[in-house]
Amino acid sequence: MTRNERKQLRAGLGFTSLWIVGLAAFTAYPVVASLFYSFCDYSILKSPVWCGLENYHQLLQDGLFWKSLRNTLFYAGLSVPLGTAVALGLAMLLNRPVKGRSVFRLLFFMPSIVPVVASAMLWLWIFNGEYGLMNGFLNPILAPFGLRGPAWLADPSWSKPALVIMSLWGTGNAMVIYLAGLQNVPSELYEAAEIDGATAWQRFRHVTLPTIAPVVAFNAIMALISAMQLFAQAYIMSEAANGNGNASDGNPERSTLFYSIYLFSTAFQDLRMGYASAMAYILFLITAALTWVAARLSRGGRDDTL
Amino acid sequence: MTYWEKWVGFEGQAVQTVVDRFNRSQSRVFVDYYATSQIDRKTLVATAGGDPPDIAGLHEQNIATFADAEALLPLDGFIRAEGMSNEEWLARYYPVYARICSHGGHVYGGISTPAVMALYWNKTLFREAGLDPDRPPRTLAEFNDFSRRLTKRDPVTGRLTQVGFLPQDPGWWPWIFCRWFGGKLYDGRDITLATDPRNVAAFAWIQSFTKYYGLDDVKRLSSEFGPWASPSAPFFTGKIAMVFQGVFYDNYIRQYKPGLDYGVGPWPEAVPGITDFAMAEADVLTIPRGARHPREAWEFIKYVNSANAKAETFDEMSGAELLDFLQVKISPLKVWSPFFANHNTHPYIGMMRRLASGPNATSVPDIGIWQEYYREVISAFDKVRLLDATPEEALDYSQARLESSWKRYRRSLERHGQWAALGEAPPK
Repeated sequence: MTRNERKQLRAGLGFTSLWIVGLAAFTAYPVVASLFYSFCDYSILKSPVWCGLENYHQLLQDGLFWKSLRNTLFYAGLSVPLGTAVALGLAMLLNRPVKGRSVFRLLFFMPSIVPVVASAMLWLWIFNGEYGLMNGFLNPILAPFGLRGPAWLADPSWSKPALVIMSLWGTGNAMVIYLAGLQNVPSELYEAAEIDGATAWQRFRHVTLPTIAPVVAFNAIMALISAMQLFAQAYIMSEAANGNGNASDGNPERSTLFYSIYLFSTAFQDLRMGYASAMAYILFLITAALTWVAARLSRGGRDDTL
Repeated sequence: MTYWEKWVGFEGQAVQTVVDRFNRSQSRVFVDYYATSQIDRKTLVATAGGDPPDIAGLHEQNIATFADAEALLPLDGFIRAEGMSNEEWLARYYPVYARICSHGGHVYGGISTPAVMALYWNKTLFREAGLDPDRPPRTLAEFNDFSRRLTKRDPVTGRLTQVGFLPQDPGWWPWIFCRWFGGKLYDGRDITLATDPRNVAAFAWIQSFTKYYGLDDVKRLSSEFGPWASPSAPFFTGKIAMVFQGVFYDNYIRQYKPGLDYGVGPWPEAVPGITDFAMAEADVLTIPRGARHPREAWEFIKYVNSANAKAETFDEMSGAELLDFLQVKISPLKVWSPFFANHNTHPYIGMMRRLASGPNATSVPDIGIWQEYYREVISAFDKVRLLDATPEEALDYSQARLESSWKRYRRSLERHGQWAALGEAPPK
């Protein structure tokens, strides 16, 4: 390293030192410490006592761990593909040269900047079984068949689908990224496809999709990571729709007990920080594995990476 | 000295008034009151971080968990310094509140605001159903009968428009039905949720309401309920005729349904011979471990847990009575001053006092895994009321989970050298 390079290194480190200290103190240390605590009987207030793999062993036998994992995978399994389809569909519509396109883009993007608590309160009313907009729309359609809309958040069978539907409200961010991707598809490819007699579906399947595949993969993986960490909406809405005081247990019947909610109540209500740390690491491994699988699938036979 | 407390609104104003009165009463200690949401979690994190408030106004269910986690300072030494034993100090409270203050043979808190739950009924709906509006149900059989007679359906659609009682409203204390039926949740050593047949009977009773009304009808009617503290709360809109609610409910009736013609009475007799059953709860003043001014904190706790028994005017009132008078609640202390007893604006203060002072008043079990226990009871309650499990199935599942949790919790206490001391403490 030359003298000039050393000087540059010192300057660089100097300018980034605050960030490095912050990262080390508030991210790196907690990450490493929680790995240690995951092998301890630790309540945050008493000294940790090493208990080896006990927390991990208990997790495997904990019915709620599996239930919360199932609930989370159910949510992710529905919300990620649906969200991808809706965001991509909207982006394609808004990529067309229609009048007032900017206004539509703004309108579809706006929900994604509504604070989560505000949107949760709004959707609580939309999903109200008796007065909600959703059933106001569904009931006239279902009435000829002698059916009615469900109680949504108050019904264990419909509470998760309700949250999936709500998640579609926030696809604005993904939509904007898709729009950027769509605008980068070379127009000559479409022209060539049209000359070759390709239909609209064939143009989408063989031109649009392969070109924006990295964007789809990026959005899907980000959505997957976000879905695996679902917390605020479910936490707020399950309590508000079902009463039950301060239980924060994914009511009714733990149908919306998602992984992060169970982790939170284990850590901050039961004061089992060691167990919660083990849960956090398991979630990290599951999310990493799913992300790896998603990345592999999206790559297909191509050599490019994300 | 910093004091974190959960109250806002007029109840927060009442706390501030008491704090101001305390600050004026002496010149050595000045209390700063901070209204704090999610106080238990924030106190926990602040205590772990070594920067807790001097006083934390926690919930009674926090006492056992926080004490076992060594988050609270025992008050025994301060009480001794006052020339009293723990028993003498606690004897000043009604027994149910004395039990709330202590855990494992130590006193960990003083009462700030006590509550007692009673039966509230809508007299107008009683009249419409041909019932005597001044005579609440006295036995469980009468309660069930009244509930059916107070239930109405739309004559055309058959839809449920009014129910006599619904166990999930407000749904905060489903465990209390077990205690009401004479069941125990914890016998001082073991979890008895599913092993006590009286708990199973209570859950069967809970389920009987859904079976009688019809699950879909209940879901539809419940969707019409607004939040409990709003004008659209079912008791205020006349959709539910009877609820079990706290002493504080009168404040909300005044605010959201002024003029509501209602009565307050004891819980009907579910176990023959057990009259004046009541559920009590309380907020507690505690000193987190690591507080900078524990001695001064004790001075404030002592002030709020004492009263001028001779007060004949508002200005002469102090401590517990001043706070509870302003919050329109009962005092947890056995001795009430003439002014507090005679001028409390709660229309049923005498009934509330009778219930709180009785031998059959009960509160949450003194067990460190109560938060987990509570969640299990809520889960079983949901399964049963939604007809997804029989009472036996739901309680057996919860029992198995809780037994495992209790075993693990005890093992953790043993690891930290605490179980021996707790195990020797006499059950409350």
